[in-house]
Amino acid sequence: MSPAVVGWLDAQTLVDAFGLGAVYALMAVGIGLVFGVLRLVNFAYGQLIMAGAYTLAFTSQAGWPTWAGILMCFVVVILLSGAMDRLVFRPLRTQSPAVMLVTTFAVAFILQNVALLIDVRDDTIGEPAASVASLNRAITVWGVEVRKVTIVAVVVAVVALSLLALLLTRTRIGLQMRAAATDFATARLLGVRANTVIATAVLLSAVIAAAVSILLTVQNPLVAPDFALKETIIVLVGVVVGGIDRLWTATLGGFSIGFATGVINGALPTDKTVFLPSVVFALVILVLLVRPSGLFARGGSSLVERV
Amino acid sequence: MRRLEPWLQLAAPALLVVATAVVGSFTSRATEIYFLTAILSVAIVVAIYVFVGNSGVLSFGQLSFVAVGAFASGVMTVPLESKQNVLPDLFPLLRDHTIGDIPALVLATVVGAAFAFLVGVPLMRLSGLAAGIATFAVLEITHNLLREWTKIGPGATTLSLVPETTDLTRAAIGTVVIIAVAFGYQRSRFGRSLRATREDASAAQAVGIDVHRQRLWAFTLSGALAGLAGGLYVHMLGSITADQVYLELTFVTLAMLVIGGITSLWGAVVGALAVSGLDSFLSEAEQGVGVGGVTVDLPQGARLVVLGALMAIVLVLRPSGLTGGREFGLPRLGRREHVTRDATSEGAA
Repeated sequence: MSPAVVGWLDAQTLVDAFGLGAVYALMAVGIGLVFGVLRLVNFAYGQLIMAGAYTLAFTSQAGWPTWAGILMCFVVVILLSGAMDRLVFRPLRTQSPAVMLVTTFAVAFILQNVALLIDVRDDTIGEPAASVASLNRAITVWGVEVRKVTIVAVVVAVVALSLLALLLTRTRIGLQMRAAATDFATARLLGVRANTVIATAVLLSAVIAAAVSILLTVQNPLVAPDFALKETIIVLVGVVVGGIDRLWTATLGGFSIGFATGVINGALPTDKTVFLPSVVFALVILVLLVRPSGLFARGGSSLVERV
Repeated sequence: MRRLEPWLQLAAPALLVVATAVVGSFTSRATEIYFLTAILSVAIVVAIYVFVGNSGVLSFGQLSFVAVGAFASGVMTVPLESKQNVLPDLFPLLRDHTIGDIPALVLATVVGAAFAFLVGVPLMRLSGLAAGIATFAVLEITHNLLREWTKIGPGATTLSLVPETTDLTRAAIGTVVIIAVAFGYQRSRFGRSLRATREDASAAQAVGIDVHRQRLWAFTLSGALAGLAGGLYVHMLGSITADQVYLELTFVTLAMLVIGGITSLWGAVVGALAVSGLDSFLSEAEQGVGVGGVTVDLPQGARLVVLGALMAIVLVLRPSGLTGGREFGLPRLGRREHVTRDATSEGAA
C-alpha cells in the first residue's frame, strides 16, 4: 500500500483535520453573517482576530489573570468591530462589491500596520501569549494524540452554531436578520430596522472573532501582525466554495476547506507537502467550475448574475 | 474638437507617464527609483485594467501573469556562466540557454498571454465572487509553484544576477506601449463588446455578443501586457522573489485601480501615479522632509498606516475613484457629451 493510502486512513490525520475544520467553520460563520446582511466580503475579519490575539498577549504579559485577559479580548474585538461598521461599512453600504472589498483591504492594511507599530516598540516582532498556552497540551485517546484545544474548538463550534441557529430561528431579531439577508429592501419596507439588524450581525460576528482569536492563540502563542491572515484568506475561499448566499452553506464550506486541507496534508507524501496549496486551490477551481454558486447551494446560480 | 478628443484620451495618460520619466531623469540616483517604480506600477495597473475595467469581473489573478513574465524573463537572462551554479536544478533547456534582454521581454509577453489563455478557457465562464475566488486560486497556485518548484526557477531563494536593463527610458517606452495597446483595445469592436457585457450581460448576449469569448480575449491580452510589465519589473529590480509578486502587490495594484476609477484607462493611470507618488512621499517623510517650511517627520512604519487611511478615505468619500471612472476630457466638454459619443460612435457597429 502506498503511503498516500495509509495517510487517508490515519485517525490522527482525521482528528487534526476535524479540529482545523471546526475553527474554519467558526470563522466562516462570522464572515457569512456580515455578508448576509451587508453583501460585504469582509477581508479585515482576520485583523479583528489579530487584535484579539494581541490583547491576550499584552494582558498575559501584564500579569492579568487568564479570565480577565479573555474578557478584555472580547471587549476589544467587539469595540473595534463596531467602529469598523460605523466608520467604514455604513457609508459604503450602497457601493459595488468591488469597492467594498477593496475598502476592507485598506482597513486590514491599516490595522495590520498599526499592530506592527505597537509590536516593534520592544524591537522584536511577535508577542508571546503565555496565559492560554496550557490548553495546547495533548491527551491520548485510543493511541491518537488529541490536543485539548481541538476538543475545545469542536465544542465551541458546536455550541456557537447551535446558539446561533436558535437565535436565527426562534427570536424576532433572528427572523429580521434572515429577512434582511434574503431581500433587504423589502424587509425595510416591512419595518425591519436596517441599523439594528446590521449592528446585531456585526456584534455576533465580533463575538465569534474573539472566540476564534482565543482558539488560534492557544495553538500559536506567538502573536505577529499577520496573525490569522492566512486562515482568513482560506476561509474566504471556503465560504465562496461552499456557497456564500446562505449561512449554512458558507459554514459547511469553511469546515470543508479546513477538513480537506488537513486530510490532503496527511495524504501527501512528506517531500511533496510544500505543494499543498497548489492541490487545495486546484480543487477549489474544479469545484467552482462545476458549481459556481457553491458546492452546497441548491440548484440555481443567483450568485453568477448578482455581481 | 470632438475629432481630437479620442486622441486626447490616449495622449493624456501617455504624456503623464513621459512627464514622470522626464522629471525622474533630473533627480538624483536615489530618488530616481521612486519614479521608476511609479511608472512600472502604471504598467501593471493598466494591464489589470484591460481585463478588470473592461469586463467588470474582479480578478485577483492578474499578478500571476506579472509573476510568470518576471520569472520567465529573469531566469532566461541570468548570464550563462553563473546560471549553472546558482540555478543548478533547472530543466536543461532553461539552464543551458540565455537570451538578450529585448527577446526576454518578448518572451515574457508571450508566456503571460499563453498562461492567461490556458487559465482563461475554463475560468472565463465564471462571474462575480466565484470568478474572484477562482482567479485568486490561480494566484495561489502560481506563487506556490514558483516558490517551491526548483526546476523552473530559483525556488524559495532570491533570483538574482538579472541584468538591470530597465532604465527610465525603457520603462516609459514599455508603459506607453502598454497604454496604447489598452487604448486601442477598448476602442476596438472587441473592447466595446466586452464593455457592453459589463453594463448588461443579458442585453449584450441578446445582440449576439459571446460573453465567454470576449472575456477570454481581454483576459489573454491582459495576461500579455501583465507579462511584459513583469519583464520590465524584474529588469528594474535585478533580483526578485516569488513573494514580491504575490498578495501585497495584488492588493496595492487593485487599490490603485479602484482609487483611480476602475472603469477608465485614465483612472488606472491616475490611480497608479497618485498612490505611488504618495507612497514615495511618505517614505521620504519617514526620514523627515520639509514641505513649505514645515518639516514633516513621521515615525518609522507610519507610512503604511497613513497610506491605508488615505485609501479608505478616498473610497468612502469618492467610491467611483478620483477620475469618477471617466476618460480624460477637457473641462468644457461635459459628461453628457462623453456618454452620447460613446453610444453613437462608429466603432460600436
